[in-house]
Amino acid sequence: MFSETIELRGHIIDSLILPKVLDEILSRGANFKMLEVKIGERRADQSFARIEVSAPTSDALSDLILRLRQHGAEVEEKGDAQLAVAPADGIFPADFFVTTNQQTFVRNNGEEYEVRPAMMDSGIAFDRATKRARTVRFADLRKGMEIVVGHQGVRIVPVQRVTERTDVFQFLNAMLSAERPKGAVIREIAREFEVARKTKQTVLVVAGASVIHTGAAEYLEQLINWGYIKLLFAGNAMAVYDIESTLFGTALGVNLEHAALTDSGHENHMRAINVVRSAGGIAGLVKRGTLTRGIMHACVTRGVEFVLTGSIRDDGPLPEVITDSVEAQRIMREKIEGVTLALLLGTMLHSFAVANLLPASVKTVVVDINPSAVAKLTDQQTFQALGLVTDIEPFLRELVHCLEQLRTEPK
Amino acid sequence: MRELLLCAPDYYGIEYEINPWMSRARGAETELVKSQWQGLHKTLVALGAKIDLVPPQPKLPDMVFTANAGLTVGRQFIPSNFRHQERAGEAPHFARWMESRGYEILWLPKELYFEGEGDALFGGDALFCGYKFRSDIQSHRAVADMLGCLVISIELVDPRFYHLDTCFCPLPDGSAVWFPAAFDEYGQRAIRGHVSDLIDVEEEEAKTFCCNAVVLGRDIVLPEGAPNLVRTLESRDYRCHQLPMSEFLKAGGACKCLTMFLPQREKL
Repeated sequence: MFSETIELRGHIIDSLILPKVLDEILSRGANFKMLEVKIGERRADQSFARIEVSAPTSDALSDLILRLRQHGAEVEEKGDAQLAVAPADGIFPADFFVTTNQQTFVRNNGEEYEVRPAMMDSGIAFDRATKRARTVRFADLRKGMEIVVGHQGVRIVPVQRVTERTDVFQFLNAMLSAERPKGAVIREIAREFEVARKTKQTVLVVAGASVIHTGAAEYLEQLINWGYIKLLFAGNAMAVYDIESTLFGTALGVNLEHAALTDSGHENHMRAINVVRSAGGIAGLVKRGTLTRGIMHACVTRGVEFVLTGSIRDDGPLPEVITDSVEAQRIMREKIEGVTLALLLGTMLHSFAVANLLPASVKTVVVDINPSAVAKLTDQQTFQALGLVTDIEPFLRELVHCLEQLRTEPK
Repeated sequence: MRELLLCAPDYYGIEYEINPWMSRARGAETELVKSQWQGLHKTLVALGAKIDLVPPQPKLPDMVFTANAGLTVGRQFIPSNFRHQERAGEAPHFARWMESRGYEILWLPKELYFEGEGDALFGGDALFCGYKFRSDIQSHRAVADMLGCLVISIELVDPRFYHLDTCFCPLPDGSAVWFPAAFDEYGQRAIRGHVSDLIDVEEEEAKTFCCNAVVLGRDIVLPEGAPNLVRTLESRDYRCHQLPMSEFLKAGGACKCLTMFLPQREKL
């Protein structure tokens, strides 16, 4: 929505100018918010109203404002965003504007420019030559960049609540505890997946190692094979256990069929890492014909992009793992552009890292057995976050089941 | 005794077109112009008004319409800021004349269009002001600030009735004559909210500019051609003086346009 603030002064109540202006706004499909009204006390006193007018397009707004000016509306002078130069690489000027994950505009020479991508906990760099406003993080900040400081000239547009239909994200920022039935919600999530696939949207999955430990790998593999997932973020562990389970039937030595430790099972993940390293990477292992199924296999064969990032407890790591966390963050940020639906599965810290990068417009589903992990993400994170407290395996199994039904439904 | 400002039609003529009534193809007849204007002058004198005359100026044919000189309240005069360049030259002549008569001149900001008594008429304690074709609503606020009175701003929607005094005429008993269709719905409601007794004029009679009348107590000087309105006014004990105004109608003016009250209100 595009908006301007107008002011009306004079005998706007007796002359019915105020109702006329408000009616005009509504009758042209625009909206208003009364910011301030002061009614004159005595007969000769003038009144005052400050009104925020918003319209779906910039043109519609200017047409409307032009008409309202005829009735005496004055457009409030909005100042440009204040800019200050970054004093050194990686250092913002004092009082730099810190972004939220909501759609944000900055004003320069009276014109508004959208800040891209919408990402929280960043600064805003504005390039006067190209008129580009973009979010920058410490690592990308270079000496001399012009950075928005203070709050003047910055406008944040909250995500509009969906009103035209009830979708699962009507549970906005809601959390379904372990005691609540989840079938209906998972069915809805399945519908979102189906819509996303049909309309070629990008669905991101962030998967923790628990996906493998709980025996849910085959369902995630299925989702990838069906073409629902376009992007996978995971740690070294998830990929290692996925490959270990494919090669040895265990995850960290635990037999996934019988849920029992196998003899010398603790060696398996090390052997798996070694095999991958010797093949030059996961793709090499697939090419060699050694890796024939599993999540990583599906990613390679289906061309699903994956970003594996490391941590200090990693064994190996696998050759694809990015161990520089600043670099990892940069790559994830790049890949995230265009994601519309994100599924965060059983990994609290990795989910936080991703949630921090997502614009508020992305629908996010958080699944974790740990209620506090889900609560933290749904409370802190995006506007459209839905949390489910459950084990990963039953969730994914049910999701795959629902999708199977949707796929076989007569058209 | 009411004092009125008039301007002899020495240079009057249809030399440009700035409203739907004007057509250079349909010029005014000089002899008729003179006799019609003198008829008005004589009638106003006979009704006891004191007439002041501002000297006419060459190349300013519409200066004859003194109602658009400005708005006078007490000893203060707010000169007009004409919307059309063709008339802008009148303003300094009127202002100089008023100043020479001892009026305090209150200039509006230059960017605010305001066409004086043509768009500003007192009814009760409110000043009714028309906007859109000639005056800007922003000027109303400035006038309200200067005078400290209630200003009712009304949008004019029919270009034939481009000034308020062409379609609205307050009467001393608190009622008013008006042509409702000249105003938008909100303007009509605002007028109804402040004038309880309204005399509607039908379109056929409104087109004769019968609302463009000079009201001096119980005497009303108006153009001929509105028998129904005259009957209504007479039934209310007003004395109607109907004058031929054909030559001034060609420029979109009549009795009221040709006069300005000095002042319109003694005090607020």
